[in-house]
Amino acid sequence: MTIALPAAHAPTPKRQTLVATTVASSVAAMLMAGMLAVWLRFRADAPVRESSDGLKIIKDWLPANIKIPEVATNTMFATFFVGCVMAQWAVYAAKRRDTSHVNLSLAVCLIIGAAIINAQVAVYMQLDIGVADGAYQSMFYAITGTMVVLVAIAMIFSAVALFRSIGGRATSTDVYSSHALYWYAITAIFTAVWFVVYVQK
Amino acid sequence: MTTIDTHAGSSLSAENGSMARSSFLVAVADWLTSCDHKKIGRLFLSMSGLGAVVAGVLGVLVGIERISPDSSSIISTGSATQFISMFRFVLAYIALAPLFVGIAIAIVPLQIGARALAYPRLAQFGMWAWFFGVVLVVISVSANGGPTGSDKNFVTMYLLGLAMTALGVIAASIPIIATILTSRAPGMDMMRVPAFTWSAMVGATANIVTLPVFIGTLAYLYVDNEHASVAFGGADKIWDWIGWGFTQPQTIVFAIMAVGVLAEIAPVVSRVRQALRPVVFTGIGLISIAALGAATQSQHTLTWEGSASDIVQDIILWGFFNVLPLLGMFVVLAVSVLAVISGRIRLNAGFVFAFLGVGMLLVGLAGNVLYLFTDAALLGTVFEEGVFTYVVYGTVMAGMGAVSYWGPKLWGRKMPDKETLGLAGLALIGTVLASFPYYIAGFADQPANALGGFEYGGPSGLWNTLVTIGHAVFALAVIAFFLLAAKSFRNGEAAGDDPWDGHTLEWATSSPAPANNFVELSIVGSSEPLLDVKPSSEEVSA
Repeated sequence: MTIALPAAHAPTPKRQTLVATTVASSVAAMLMAGMLAVWLRFRADAPVRESSDGLKIIKDWLPANIKIPEVATNTMFATFFVGCVMAQWAVYAAKRRDTSHVNLSLAVCLIIGAAIINAQVAVYMQLDIGVADGAYQSMFYAITGTMVVLVAIAMIFSAVALFRSIGGRATSTDVYSSHALYWYAITAIFTAVWFVVYVQK
Repeated sequence: MTTIDTHAGSSLSAENGSMARSSFLVAVADWLTSCDHKKIGRLFLSMSGLGAVVAGVLGVLVGIERISPDSSSIISTGSATQFISMFRFVLAYIALAPLFVGIAIAIVPLQIGARALAYPRLAQFGMWAWFFGVVLVVISVSANGGPTGSDKNFVTMYLLGLAMTALGVIAASIPIIATILTSRAPGMDMMRVPAFTWSAMVGATANIVTLPVFIGTLAYLYVDNEHASVAFGGADKIWDWIGWGFTQPQTIVFAIMAVGVLAEIAPVVSRVRQALRPVVFTGIGLISIAALGAATQSQHTLTWEGSASDIVQDIILWGFFNVLPLLGMFVVLAVSVLAVISGRIRLNAGFVFAFLGVGMLLVGLAGNVLYLFTDAALLGTVFEEGVFTYVVYGTVMAGMGAVSYWGPKLWGRKMPDKETLGLAGLALIGTVLASFPYYIAGFADQPANALGGFEYGGPSGLWNTLVTIGHAVFALAVIAFFLLAAKSFRNGEAAGDDPWDGHTLEWATSSPAPANNFVELSIVGSSEPLLDVKPSSEEVSA
C-alpha cells in the first residue's frame, strides 16, 4: 500500500553546526572533567607527613622544587577571555555583513590560540621538569597537554571559519556562532584547569 | 590502416574481467567513502556481528580453560589477564558499542523524516577510527601489549587503540544527536519522535558523557606508561584504572538503544497506539542514569556497615546509580507487555528477539543490583561476568531483532519468520547457558578474572562446562542469523514498502529506502503519523 501523507516543504536543518558544536564541546568538557577528577583523587590520596621541624603537616603531592610560574598561567587565563570577545566580535560583524571585521576578528582568534600555546610552552620551560620525574610531573604534562590539544582544535576551527569568510561566506552566522561557542566552552574548561592545577595546585 | 585481430571471445572476457574488476573497485570505494547513512550504519552493523561471533569463540576458550582449573591447556597462566581483558574488549567495544550506533545511524534519519544524516563524514570518520582502534588493540594484545603486557611499545599501542575505539564511537554519536535535534520532519516535536529515535538520542548522549572520561584516563595512562610508570603503576595496573569501562554500568550505557527497539516494535505488532508513551520515554531516561554512574569511573556498592548516615548515603548512591536503571528497564518492558495484552498481536521475529533480549537485560541488571550489595559477598566473583554476559548478549539479541525488523527497509527483502524465530530460541538458550551458571558459581566463590588455580565445593566443572556450551551456542546462533540474513536480503521474499503495517515515517518510503530517503517530506500530526492516514482495520473489513 502506498501511504499518502500531505507533502511539506523540505525543511532547512535548524542550526546544525551550532548543535554539533554544543555536543562536541560537551565531549571536551567531559574529557577534562574526568581528568580533573583523577587529578583531585591523586591529590586527596597523597601521603601526609610532618615537616622536619614538626610544626607543619605536609602533603606529598607537589614536589618542593616545583614553583608554578603564576604570571604565565594567569596571562593564559586572561587571554582565553580575550579570545571569547574576539569570537563574539566575529558573530557581531557577520550579522552586519561586515566581512573585513569578521576576517580580522577570526585572525586575532587564531593568533590568540597561538599565544596561549606559546604561554603553555613558556610554563613548561620555566618549570624545567621532566615528564618522567615523578607522579605529579607526568600527570601535569598529561592534563596540560590535553588542554593544548583542545586549544589547537579551537585554532583549527578559527582557521576554517576564517577561510570560509575569505571565501565569501561571511554571512553564514551559524558557523561563527558555533566557533564562538567552542571558545566559550574551552574558556570555561581552562578556568577549571587553571583553578585546580595552577591555583590550588 | 593496421588492424589487430584478436580472438573475439578472449577480448570480450578480458573486457568483462576488467569491467568486473573496476566495478568491484568502484563498489569498494563507494562503501569506504559513502556519505549515505544507511551504508555507514550497515558497515558498523556487520563488523559488530563479526565481533559477536569472535566474542562467542573467546568465551568458549575461557570456559574450556576454567573447566579444569588445575591445568592450563590453551592459555598460559601468565597471559590470563591479557586474555580476559581481550574477551571483555571484544564483547564491550566490538560486539556491543558499535551495534546500536550503527543501527541508529541507518534508521534514525528515516524515522524522523530526514533526507540525510547530519555530518555523515564525521560518522564515516567514527566508523574508521573505531575500526583501526580495534585493529591496534588486537595487534598489541597479540604482541604482549595490553594489561600486564611486558612490551612497553605494544602497551602504548594498546592504549592508543582503546582511545581511537572510544573516539570512533563518540564521533559516530555526534551526528545521531545533531540529526535528531535539527532535521526532524515538520510537526515532529520531541514528544512525537519514535521510541527508538528517543532511545538513540539518550544512548548517544550517554556515550558522549562517559567515553570522553575513558579517553581522559587513557591519556594519563599513556603518559605514565611512556615515561614515569610511577603514578599509575605502568602496564600491571592498567586494568585497575580502566576496568570500569569494560563492566557495568558502562555496558548498560551501550545497551540503552536496545530497549528502544522493543518499545518501538511492541505497539506495531500489537496494532495499537502506545498510550503510555511518556512513561516509555521516562523509562528509557531512567536507564541513562547508568551513564552518570560510569562517568564516576566506579561501581557504587551498598555496605550494611558503619554509622546510620554512612548506610543512608550508600543506599542513596546504590539506589540512584543501580536500582533506577533497573526500574527504567522494567518500566519499558512492562509497558510493552501491556501494549501486547491490550492489542491483537501479530507476532514477528523482530519482536520476539527484542522481547527476549530486553528480558535478558533485565535479568542482567537485577543481577547487577544484587552483585553490588556487599553482604551478598559476590564482589570479585564470576557473578559479575554472568551479569556482563547477560547485558551484552541480551543487547546483541535485541540488535538481531532490529536487523530483522528494519532489514526490509535497508535491503528491500525480509527474513523468513519461522527460521528467524528458531534462531531467537537458540540465542536465548545460548545467553542463559553462558550467563546463569556464573550466577550460581559466583555464590560458590569462583573468582573473577582467573582462568585457573581456584577451587570450591560444588560442581565447578559443570557450571563452567555449561557456560562454555552457552558461548558456543550463542556464537552458532549469531553465525546462523548472519547467513540467514545474507541469504534473505539477497534472494528472499520482497518485503514491500510497509511489511509490518508500521506506525512511523520510515515505512512511508520505498524499500529499500532510496539515497535521499524521501521523495516528498511529510507533515507529521502525531507520534504515529502513518496510523493517521491508514484506514483502520474496521474500515478495511467493512
